[in-house]
Amino acid sequence: MDKNIYIYILIMGVVSYLIRALPMTLLRKPIENNFIKSFLYYVPYVTLAVMTFPAIINATQSPISGVLALIVGIITSALGFNLIKVAVSCCAVVFIAELIII
Amino acid sequence: MSSPTVYTLKENKSEFIQGLKDGFPIGLGYFAVAFSLGVVAKDAGLSPFQGFLASVLCSASAGEYVAFTLIAANASYLEVAIATFVANARYMLMSCALSQKASPEMPFRHRPLSAMYITDELFGISVARKGHFNPYYHYGGSLTAVPLWAIGTALGVIAGNILPLSVVSALSVALYGMFMAVFIPPAKKDKIIAVLVVISFALSFAASQLPVISEIAEGTRTIILTVIIAGAAALLFPRKDEKEAENDG
Repeated sequence: MDKNIYIYILIMGVVSYLIRALPMTLLRKPIENNFIKSFLYYVPYVTLAVMTFPAIINATQSPISGVLALIVGIITSALGFNLIKVAVSCCAVVFIAELIII
Repeated sequence: MSSPTVYTLKENKSEFIQGLKDGFPIGLGYFAVAFSLGVVAKDAGLSPFQGFLASVLCSASAGEYVAFTLIAANASYLEVAIATFVANARYMLMSCALSQKASPEMPFRHRPLSAMYITDELFGISVARKGHFNPYYHYGGSLTAVPLWAIGTALGVIAGNILPLSVVSALSVALYGMFMAVFIPPAKKDKIIAVLVVISFALSFAASQLPVISEIAEGTRTIILTVIIAGAAALLFPRKDEKEAENDG
């Protein structure tokens, strides 16, 4: 049975949008509950950390260059480099490392 | 001024421009990822325009990837809807967090508008900004990042693997570099966050290796781990702000 690609895309778009828009539009008052407040405070750091490792090591051609990117990213971030500089440093170290390794 | 009291573009021009700038490394990473996503879209029978459209409407790597593989398998519309929901469920948490950062004075229209592009990365930079949520900063970030994501998808459909592997490999860490720039500086200041980062790394690694758990899709693992780790942290280390202290006293 043939299905319409545009309907698929429409469904993907609507579901993706509702997930993002419902909390943002419905939660208009500050949450009072301290557990929920603390939970939401920790969410971004935890979720970004979970997504970074070990994914960064599997993203590159060689795990070694991924590990190097992780180390360089942590050091440059800790030194207070901005987003662009940290990202470019990570890309550069992978590119250079893979020229040597591969 | 990251904590606006006036909500017009004129008053928030510098934040908007900063958003455009910060969106660029995100877009760079997106471009590389979207390119490979485009290859999957092509296998699912999407045209370059359809790939572009899907990426503009969804802006979700894991969500789109899962949906494309289902479309390739001629799955039902309901299956695509459920898979999209599961793969993107973490955005609900992010949307909740962002809603709490918005000023009560922010006009309502900015809520449904800025929600459109709550992606991992755009959320990351917006939530890390000092003060109240500035929708113009978020719009700026979206305006550079999302087109690169959508164009990358379309080019992936057209050209498949045309970029040299070494370039794709280097670009693919741009995203993670950006993540680190968001969570490392606060981890340096706050020991609890530093410990959470280490625990997150360890459990995320374990989850990717353990039998059965590693079978779960990456997006789903992320949401499960986030809920467990952030939930435990909220129980063990509840945060006390000034208001709370006043109420307690």
